Amino acid sequence: MAMLEIKHLGISFGGLRAVDDVNITIEPGALYGLIGPNGAGKTTVFNMLTGVYKPTDGQIILDGEDITGQSTVRINRAGIARTFQNIRLFGDLSVLDNVKVGLHNRYPYSTLSAVLRLPSYFRQERKMDYRAMELLEMFGLDKLYKVKASNLPYGQQRKLEIARALATKPKLLLLDEPAAGMNPNETQELMDTIRLVQDKFGMTILLIEHDMHLVSGICEQITVLNFGRELDSGETAKVLNNPEVIKAYLGD
Amino acid sequence: MSLLFSSHPLLKIFGRFKNKGQKQNGDLSLFCAQVSPGFDLQGVCILEFITYLIRGISLGSVYAIIALGYTMVYGIAKMLNFAHGDIIMIGGYVAFTVMTTLALPSYLAVIAAILFCTLLGVAIERIAYKPLRGATPLAVLITAIGMSYFLQNIALLIFGSDPKMFTSVVPLESVRFYYDGSGLLGVKAFWTGAADPVLPDKLQNADVLTISGVMIVTILVSVAIMIALMVFIKKSKTGRAMLAVSEDKGAAQLMGVNVNKTIAITFAIGSALAAVAGVLLCSAYPTLTPYTGSMPGIKAFVAAVFGGIGSIPGAMVGGILLGIIEIFSTAYISSQLADAIVFSVLIIVLLVKPTGILGKKISEKV
Amino acid sequence: MLKLNMKKTTRQSLVTYAIVIIAFVVFQLLSSFGALSNLIEGQLVNLCLYAILAVSLNLVVGISGELSLGHAGFMCIGAFTSAFFSKICTDTIGNDFLRFLIAMVIGTFFAALVGFLIAIPVLRLRGDYLAIVTLAFGQIIMTLINSMYVGIDKNGLHISFSSESALHLEPGTSPIINGSQGITGTPSIDSDYRFFVSILFLLLTLAVSYHFINSRTGRAVMSIRDNRIAAESVGLNVTKYKILTFTIASAFAGLAGAIFSHNIPTLVATTKNFGYDKSIMILVFVVLGGIGSVRGSMIAAALLTLLPELLRSLTFLPDGIRTFVSENRMLIYAVILIVVMIFSNSPRFVEIRARLKAFFRRGTKKEAV
Repeated sequence: MAMLEIKHLGISFGGLRAVDDVNITIEPGALYGLIGPNGAGKTTVFNMLTGVYKPTDGQIILDGEDITGQSTVRINRAGIARTFQNIRLFGDLSVLDNVKVGLHNRYPYSTLSAVLRLPSYFRQERKMDYRAMELLEMFGLDKLYKVKASNLPYGQQRKLEIARALATKPKLLLLDEPAAGMNPNETQELMDTIRLVQDKFGMTILLIEHDMHLVSGICEQITVLNFGRELDSGETAKVLNNPEVIKAYLGD
Repeated sequence: MSLLFSSHPLLKIFGRFKNKGQKQNGDLSLFCAQVSPGFDLQGVCILEFITYLIRGISLGSVYAIIALGYTMVYGIAKMLNFAHGDIIMIGGYVAFTVMTTLALPSYLAVIAAILFCTLLGVAIERIAYKPLRGATPLAVLITAIGMSYFLQNIALLIFGSDPKMFTSVVPLESVRFYYDGSGLLGVKAFWTGAADPVLPDKLQNADVLTISGVMIVTILVSVAIMIALMVFIKKSKTGRAMLAVSEDKGAAQLMGVNVNKTIAITFAIGSALAAVAGVLLCSAYPTLTPYTGSMPGIKAFVAAVFGGIGSIPGAMVGGILLGIIEIFSTAYISSQLADAIVFSVLIIVLLVKPTGILGKKISEKV
Repeated sequence: MLKLNMKKTTRQSLVTYAIVIIAFVVFQLLSSFGALSNLIEGQLVNLCLYAILAVSLNLVVGISGELSLGHAGFMCIGAFTSAFFSKICTDTIGNDFLRFLIAMVIGTFFAALVGFLIAIPVLRLRGDYLAIVTLAFGQIIMTLINSMYVGIDKNGLHISFSSESALHLEPGTSPIINGSQGITGTPSIDSDYRFFVSILFLLLTLAVSYHFINSRTGRAVMSIRDNRIAAESVGLNVTKYKILTFTIASAFAGLAGAIFSHNIPTLVATTKNFGYDKSIMILVFVVLGGIGSVRGSMIAAALLTLLPELLRSLTFLPDGIRTFVSENRMLIYAVILIVVMIFSNSPRFVEIRARLKAFFRRGTKKEAV
């Protein structure tokens, strides 16, 4: 069964049709790319997948469960985690705490047991610390666990955002332009990180990207959006050679 | 505050029922029956209602002028300028000083108050708010609260805490409507300081409806200001720059709008309006203390939210409705609870329609 | 490595508790030697209750990142509900301490309840609106209590919002809450014990705050403060955590109010006691103590409460300055608010400070909590 099925997805803002009849199917463990010129509706698709916008048409099915129109919180609990185009970390919290917030729903204990410092508090906190450090180590951030997130360099902030998303133990990870603002070296490093996530967690990943080097380097399949509609989709190399796609990117 | 509203002589619009405005928890039918043996019950109640209505519209007009300043600053600088209400009070003190200490005519006092407050508003923006552009909203808000306290306490330091009696700047004391059971018999204007005109016989025994000059002027001025502002924003280059900045600061900058200058002009206009409101408020309710501006300031914000923050007609509608609600609450429910009722309006509006009567929806971008 | 991190937050809270205990011992010693002026002695309980107010408001302003301007309103509820209880149970509960403790619980509970009820609708709003709505609620609470008449006779409970006579009490019965004259003669514990008990309540408040902040819940609240959208994206229920924080803060404001009402002969719902100015004063404590810092809020509250008396003892300062400062406290608070905010938040100053820090590059031991 497919991990994610998007069927006839569409949304209108007022009279404007921002996304229309988008269909994407992603198999478990796949690395899928969503590309298209600026304003093609890529982030809008992400926002519908994560419940920020409610789709006007269509269906979103995650691992057999219909999550269309659910709230952001419910969708995260159902198994979708994301990163943001403009990085959104908890700036005043430490690197460790950022990941621990991601672990929030997986290691519950009541506020009362926290205030009274009952054994469950210590037990769960210890588990969280352990899990969080494990994740940070994987991204090479373990030495920086104490640092305030807003003081990290840009590249590491991106990584921390991915680590935090993974901490919620998603079935599907959405990356919104992970390479934006990165130099070629950083992009190369990021590609390694994404592959690592895919291999180690068996994670299904859907990413939006403009960097064609990254897209052709790691995505197995892609969908191209233009003016809110699907232009083409399929194997990366084949789609990128489609004259229509090249035209959409380079203009007439 | 509310007690002041109903007890001042300039406000006793309805001559026959003077002092009755102070009545708390007034049982209406009883009240009407007591004071007007010569009237049928219904007639008096309607007149009383009209009196309160006019009083409410007048108070609401003051709120509207203040709310216009709030709403402009909020729309363009995206901040709640807590100190706005205290600029009203400063305007009152400036006018008071010019009239009393310097013994200059009242129109000069009004001009002085407007000039002073305009400069003050721009200075406050430059010193306290501009350095915080781009900081968290919490920081800006706390700074604005600090500024409000600063103004109050500076006034306290200079003028002391004892109330100053403000002389009305409006030379028209009142307009009186004479009528009896058959209808309106005549209208007379009374000018401050002028000898009382000799009334013709038929008016001697007529019933009188008195409307104070300040109220008339307040209502007219607020309408004029609203129209002027709307024209200014629609037609002038600066006005359109303001609209652009309120939509998107960054984009406006890219389009060549001088954002800093536009925000400064907004503060200047808002503060000038506050000065006008201050002079009118003090003319109607002449006790001036360092805390005079604080409650009307907060209520004007309520009015701005009520009407829809960022909307000029909204500020006007919200202000007038709020003024009417306040005066009616004072008159018909309880003067002590009037403030609580006014604030309840805010809460109800925000819960039912957070964008206000004429506001538009603002959503956060992801 | 992780143990160390754990220990750091624990150490911080222990230091704070130690400060409180040392301060208590010092004041007790000074007092037993008669070295404390009557004025300072009279301020000792206030010291604790303002510290409680500041520490609890810090939960809302510093941890949750919302500006509440109605904190004094919750204090007012705590004060009146607890005093009302003590009055009606003067005879039923003979033991002063027991009655006092129950009164504290009642004040705390009712403030929390009202805080919770208000939070549900209000916390959907953001930022500026929230500030003005909490301000409005604070005023409404105060105005309502100020015009409320409550009495009990053998026919039961009588409540009116118009006048004492409207209560129609049995002859010989006087109202418990008498409108703007409030509640008179609330029975309390012996004044010798009040400071000690207040210190215990302060320690309780501190412990709850620290434990709350350094927990899963506290982290959730702070993450929502830092980035609401990201917090939702990792599955946090934003409203729930905001309401929770607001309720806890209101509860402690209620506790402070209960202590307050049991330390004064006559309790009235005036602006001076519970108005907007009081809320602002508590905010000044929080801002001056460093927004988000529990210890800072407490220390700032204590110092500023003692300020007038401290000034009197600073004899090396010229008289002119001392009288000016003590007569214009609010003016100075206002300047402090503005200056502290600009220096700690202006993007330009933040950058300058970051550069200075990089320049000195000493182990920057910045207190996070």
